[in-house]
Amino acid sequence: MTESLLRVEHLVKHFPTTARDFFRSGQHVHAVDDVSLDVRRGETLGLVGETGCGKSTLARCIIRLERLTSGRVVFEGHDISSLSDSELRPYRRRMQMVFQDPYGSLNPRRRVGSIIGDPFEIHGMASGAELRRRVQDLMDLVGLNPEHYNRFPAQFSGGQRQRIGIARAIALRPDLLICDEPVSALDVSIRAQILNLLRELQRELRLTMIFISHDLSVVRHVSDRIAVMYLGKVIEIAPGANLFEHARHPYTRALLSAIPIPDPDLDSAREQIVLSGDPPSPIEPPSGCRFHPRCPRAERICGVDEPPLIERLLDSRDHLAACHFPVADGEALVREKSAT
Amino acid sequence: MNGSLLAVRDLSVSFQTPDGVVEAVRGVSFNVERGKTLGIVGESGSGKSVATQTVAGLTRGARISGQAIFEGRDLLKMSPAELRALRGPGIAMIFQNPLSSLHPFYRIGWQIAEMIRAHESVSGDAARRRAIDLLGLVGIPQPEKRLDDYPHQFSGGMLQRAMIAMALALQPRLLIADEPTTALDVTVQAQIVRLMQRLQGELGMAIIMITHDLGVIAGMADEVFVMYAGQIMEQASRYGLFRQPSHPYTTGLLGSLPRVTASDEPLTAIAGQPPSLIHPPSGCPFHPRCPQVMERCSHETPAFFAVPDSEPHRSACWLLDPASVGQE
Repeated sequence: MTESLLRVEHLVKHFPTTARDFFRSGQHVHAVDDVSLDVRRGETLGLVGETGCGKSTLARCIIRLERLTSGRVVFEGHDISSLSDSELRPYRRRMQMVFQDPYGSLNPRRRVGSIIGDPFEIHGMASGAELRRRVQDLMDLVGLNPEHYNRFPAQFSGGQRQRIGIARAIALRPDLLICDEPVSALDVSIRAQILNLLRELQRELRLTMIFISHDLSVVRHVSDRIAVMYLGKVIEIAPGANLFEHARHPYTRALLSAIPIPDPDLDSAREQIVLSGDPPSPIEPPSGCRFHPRCPRAERICGVDEPPLIERLLDSRDHLAACHFPVADGEALVREKSAT
Repeated sequence: MNGSLLAVRDLSVSFQTPDGVVEAVRGVSFNVERGKTLGIVGESGSGKSVATQTVAGLTRGARISGQAIFEGRDLLKMSPAELRALRGPGIAMIFQNPLSSLHPFYRIGWQIAEMIRAHESVSGDAARRRAIDLLGLVGIPQPEKRLDDYPHQFSGGMLQRAMIAMALALQPRLLIADEPTTALDVTVQAQIVRLMQRLQGELGMAIIMITHDLGVIAGMADEVFVMYAGQIMEQASRYGLFRQPSHPYTTGLLGSLPRVTASDEPLTAIAGQPPSLIHPPSGCPFHPRCPQVMERCSHETPAFFAVPDSEPHRSACWLLDPASVGQE
């Protein structure tokens, strides 16, 4: 379990602002800023954060849909961050992605059988009757009727389309599956079906997963460890249960307290932290700790020094947080200012 | 019935489409009490939005039957001009996407002031001052400056606030909020929910909160009903609904939700797909997916039965019929 399949080292991704935006030309969106983490074989690493925190960009850099600005992505000991497209091909087979939008990620003019069969053809793994058999096995595995081989995506519902996307992604038995908000576009009752399917597949195929979502309850359900991102930085990373019960970073606390809980009794009993304002612009991120302008615990140092992502308060070695004044268990988020 | 602001009786709405007649809402009745919050939960296509849009006169071209009595007058029989006069001071709506309610070419403050001037004869200056007050009320910082911003200069959460400001400009008695927080991040969602609760306390309006998110409903509704395939399945106080869910669809929905207090169990998903509304299933619309389906469910539409020990709480399910005990 502890062997790492993938390591991300000081990954940075900046996008230039569009040229037609005259006043901002020459500026950059700091989408991902110096992120390091490892993904262990067989685990599910959850990546949570709000819109614009860089979680999807990080995933796209890992799978090399985007070129890195700097930093490294190391897959089984091999640095893949600067490989050419053809050198990358053998790795692509082993890293696959499931997207959020089951409508946008399938070509509407192609039959489902050929969509799911693409990976086999591209990598020259099967053809003819053999291809058809393998595609139908896959359809069966993800809960689609293999007789629907010749249908078009439009003839399937949203949940079934997501199953098609999953079948395509696991066709080549990848080691790493990156799921980018795979259930966000689905209705509640269908969402549970897909989450259960992903869990089953992970066990059966021994997949390592990176699961990206803005929905903390979903991430909690599927993940072994969870990394919380804010404005391009990982601000806390911990085993799932630890993160939910012993969150150290004030932002994580606020995020947890904002999850709507479908239970009015629990809802009124818990600590409510409502943050003020919106996340600042990733074009000119705040100095020091990026959360300091909204943080109820911030002091002068928070605006000056960026806190490193390290162990805090004698936690387990797996629990890291980037905060100068981490919250202790049972401590209220807003504390009395110290005399200094 | 004393405090009832809106009473909807047997509302049905259908649309003619190239594929056939879509029966979006099928015989829905409910009350909204003054100053209270009614939550409507349902998945895509359950009819939750169509039902409320019809009440506000926004479903043109639909075939509508039933009644919607608002302060003694039937909304469904009003002329477009009467409805226009009522929308704003009587009933206001906010939507999931604030950009659908704000024109991108006009300044935010101007749009709010214009809305006030369309209904009341006040000077431009007075309307502008009211717009500033309203933006302040919904928590926009420096409202006297932000008044002259265009919609694209606002963030998603701020636009949602601006839309709420506009909806509240004429102090409506009823605010219909259709998935107002669905497009927002959780921390911003918490801000908006809190804002709506505060404003409800200050202005005393009733709210119909439409959402697919049971968590949002649990936090703010006084009464909740669950819709499926154009019908109400279950209706209860929020405590009744979450402590003692009765209808198999409601329990299925609750079981489908991953909890923050996670266990390692798989979720108890509801099998199958929501039905087509062109040919809705006979009998109980949920029967093809129901784990507790009985013989009569496929051909007899269940009546509402009171859920014991949880008043006021009713559920459209044959399982509650004393006569069906032993039929499983």
